[in-house]
Amino acid sequence: MDILIKDGYIYDPANRREGNFDILVSCGKIKTVAKKIKAQASKVIDARGKVILPGLIDMHAHLREPGREDAETIETGLSAALSGGFTGVCAMPNTEPCCHNQEVAEFLLKKAQVLGKANLYPIGAITKNREGKELSEMSELKNAGCVAISDDGNSVKDTAIMRRALEYAHMLDMPVISHCEDTDLSADGVMHEGYISTEMGMKGMPAVSESTIVARDLQLAEFTGARIHIAHVSCKESLDLIRAAKAKGIRVTSETCPHYLVLTDETVKSFDSNFKMNPPLRTEEDMKALRAALKDGTIDVISTDHAPHIESEKDVEFNYAPFGIIGFETAVAVISTDIVSKNIITWNDVAEVMSNHPAHILGLDKGSLGEGSDADITIIDPDEEWVYKRDEIKSKSKNSPFIGRKFKGRVKHTIVNGDIFPI
Amino acid sequence: MATTTLLNTQKKESRWGMTKKNVIWKRKDLLGLEDLSADEIALILDAAKSFKEVSTRKVKKVPTLRGKTIVSLFFEPSTRTRISFELAAKRLSADTIGITANSSSVLKGETLKDTAKNIEAMNVDVVILRHSTPGAPHLLAKVLGPSIINAGDGAHEHPTQGLLDLFTIKEKKGTLKNLKVSIIGDIAHSRVARSNIWGLKKMGADVTVCGPSTLMPVGIERMGVKVTNDLDQAIEGADVLNVLRIQVERQKKGLLPSIREYINLFGINRQRLKNAKDDMLIMHPGPINRGVELTPDVADGPCSVILEQVANGIAVRMAVLFLVTGGKE
Amino acid sequence: MTLRGKSKLMTKEALDKAVMRISHEILEKNKAIKDLAIIGIRNRGEYLAYRIADNIKKISGQEASLGILDITLYRDDLTEVAEQPQVQETRIDFDISGKDIVLVDDVLYTGRTIRCALDALIDFGRPHRIQLAVLVDRGHRELPIRADFVGKNVPTSLKEVVEVRLNESDGKDEVVICEKE
Repeated sequence: MDILIKDGYIYDPANRREGNFDILVSCGKIKTVAKKIKAQASKVIDARGKVILPGLIDMHAHLREPGREDAETIETGLSAALSGGFTGVCAMPNTEPCCHNQEVAEFLLKKAQVLGKANLYPIGAITKNREGKELSEMSELKNAGCVAISDDGNSVKDTAIMRRALEYAHMLDMPVISHCEDTDLSADGVMHEGYISTEMGMKGMPAVSESTIVARDLQLAEFTGARIHIAHVSCKESLDLIRAAKAKGIRVTSETCPHYLVLTDETVKSFDSNFKMNPPLRTEEDMKALRAALKDGTIDVISTDHAPHIESEKDVEFNYAPFGIIGFETAVAVISTDIVSKNIITWNDVAEVMSNHPAHILGLDKGSLGEGSDADITIIDPDEEWVYKRDEIKSKSKNSPFIGRKFKGRVKHTIVNGDIFPI
Repeated sequence: MATTTLLNTQKKESRWGMTKKNVIWKRKDLLGLEDLSADEIALILDAAKSFKEVSTRKVKKVPTLRGKTIVSLFFEPSTRTRISFELAAKRLSADTIGITANSSSVLKGETLKDTAKNIEAMNVDVVILRHSTPGAPHLLAKVLGPSIINAGDGAHEHPTQGLLDLFTIKEKKGTLKNLKVSIIGDIAHSRVARSNIWGLKKMGADVTVCGPSTLMPVGIERMGVKVTNDLDQAIEGADVLNVLRIQVERQKKGLLPSIREYINLFGINRQRLKNAKDDMLIMHPGPINRGVELTPDVADGPCSVILEQVANGIAVRMAVLFLVTGGKE
Repeated sequence: MTLRGKSKLMTKEALDKAVMRISHEILEKNKAIKDLAIIGIRNRGEYLAYRIADNIKKISGQEASLGILDITLYRDDLTEVAEQPQVQETRIDFDISGKDIVLVDDVLYTGRTIRCALDALIDFGRPHRIQLAVLVDRGHRELPIRADFVGKNVPTSLKEVVEVRLNESDGKDEVVICEKE
């Protein structure tokens, strides 16, 4: 099927192209990008006033399958991702069983392939069962299709194991995605440790529980020469370390999530467990530092950390609720409303941090709107105002702090390998 | 004859009308002192004065809440708070049921909401909740029709304890305004400290918190209190010392090197009190670790109002039960 | 609801006279002043009780026991009112057992206040006798209650409101009758 996207405003940092162009998609590839394409197409999209980005890639998501299909499945997760404009999703390995061997990785890829929705990129575990004790068979994982390794949800506590993991991954040229948390410092914590946790009498997770491990992992990355990607950065202390490491030439990239850019620990005062995530929402100062870091390039990637949890598990006392929120369907809207509209970054920057950079870090031939590229395209109406309603959530779980929130900017079409998914 | 709109006169005419202040209690729940205005706190303290008299009668019971059912749902062990609430309810002629839920229903997979919904289905008027999680009563208040009274939620708030402390101080000192109150001990884990700070600050008192740095939560000064690690400083010039219970477990968690060292630095004995004001009150929410935070001679000494706090607790809780059952918020 | 001032039932002089007459009548019926207790019902009954007690002291040279009763906690309409009324202190710091009690209130109307007061008193002990003194009896009883000492009997309609104003609470002494509009 041929698709002609007429007159959209294209942001394609990979090809240094920005402006009003038509795009002709044919046989799953981008055939032509030019002004006023005159061609017959079975589907024509009028994209006047729309923003056209290379298909968004979420580097950090939890699809829950296998193991917790009650919270999310590959099918519902990838549908939600498409709905949020993501053409590709990385699945973190903390499933049951854990993605630490070929079978699980192949299961995921096969299932995604049959579904024919968004692209799925499995991430393998750093250590067996994510226990932080023995290295997983990374080469096998790579051969099975894993694009990176991570023990996400757990920090690799043993520094020696982390060192070996980085050395081994370096040999295979796989990025290591590190969940940085000193669990002794954050033990029993349920929110950021600061004035608000003091007021509320809640156990805190201090920013230093994140930054000490960031510091450790940056040193190890320097020592081993390996590539490290710091997951869900939430505090300014970590940013300072990453900024300094980049200046020094350490091979580090980093990500943050939309919620850390727009929410603070003040929200926890509502006792709503949809404001409970790990790392926790931090202070206004941290939020501002993250925005600045996004602007100056210290933060390379915005990922969602989409973490579905069923209502009966989440709708309990704050202390007992699991960490995490869903994010596929609100990421673009949050970034559009609170970040792009407020001139913190441009849509061109969004194309970089949500498509081009993730593709580059993961070694994917994606994130480009160049002629001959895979036709992964996200079309956004930057002006549409809408309200995020619980009933319209495609994800199987509904644990979002943004329900009822009014947004400006909405994904209109997601095109994956030349197939259009209307929203 | 002149026509007059006599709303005021009407109030005065009303046989019941005692319109000392124009504050009207509208809350269905009592979740914390953070939410209350100074006027609302004053209203409770005034009402408690009347209820205190009831407990001094031969027949310690009034028919006010006849036919109301009050359930105390305690997910943490507590003897005194529960007894105090139950006596308060009984002295108001309400029917009371106490449930110590420990973890039995939780183990059966029942959530707090389920447990509470079941209780609601039995047409209960008030649920008094003690829970280890901050916000548990707030969670219930959102979904339940009955009034919810927070009887302690983790380290967050213990509003009736705060109120009875305020009541005791006010009774002894006549006012709370500009009084110097020092709270001593494990501030980080104390709901009593937080409720006291909110209440005292709203009523115009001057609050100092004092304890070891490992038990002092970050940013506490933003609550409007002075912070010190020096007990002598906290005692000097203080009108009230509110001494918190120190949990012996804190030592195991690495927060204190030893109880012995705690006693040396923060234990209150007669010697430490030599520079104290003569009329300084010593308070403690109980139960006391005798010889740890307070030596027995101080706990039982002339400055101590610890047992009066216990007596006042019933009056304050009667006032709270009376007010929330009328609240239609 | 607005009230229209209708007419003055009692002037200050009439009010003083009535209180004095009640005081004399109380003394006639209660010879043993050491057993006599005057208990005013808050709010205006309290002030009337003070006046009666003062009169008794002037007349007899002896002091009767004096108490104040707040009946809020005994009201039978608490479930119907919009919000809880303010509770005030009850102050009866003597043992009422065996006493001859005179309850004092400003207006006797339905009798429900007095019912509350009787319940409350019984909780304090077992008095020898309880009598009732009111400044105005306006009729319309809903309970089998009558006053032993009455300042003035006033036939009223249900649309009317009787207001006792006392210097202590209202800045002047008078009784007026108004009509609800």
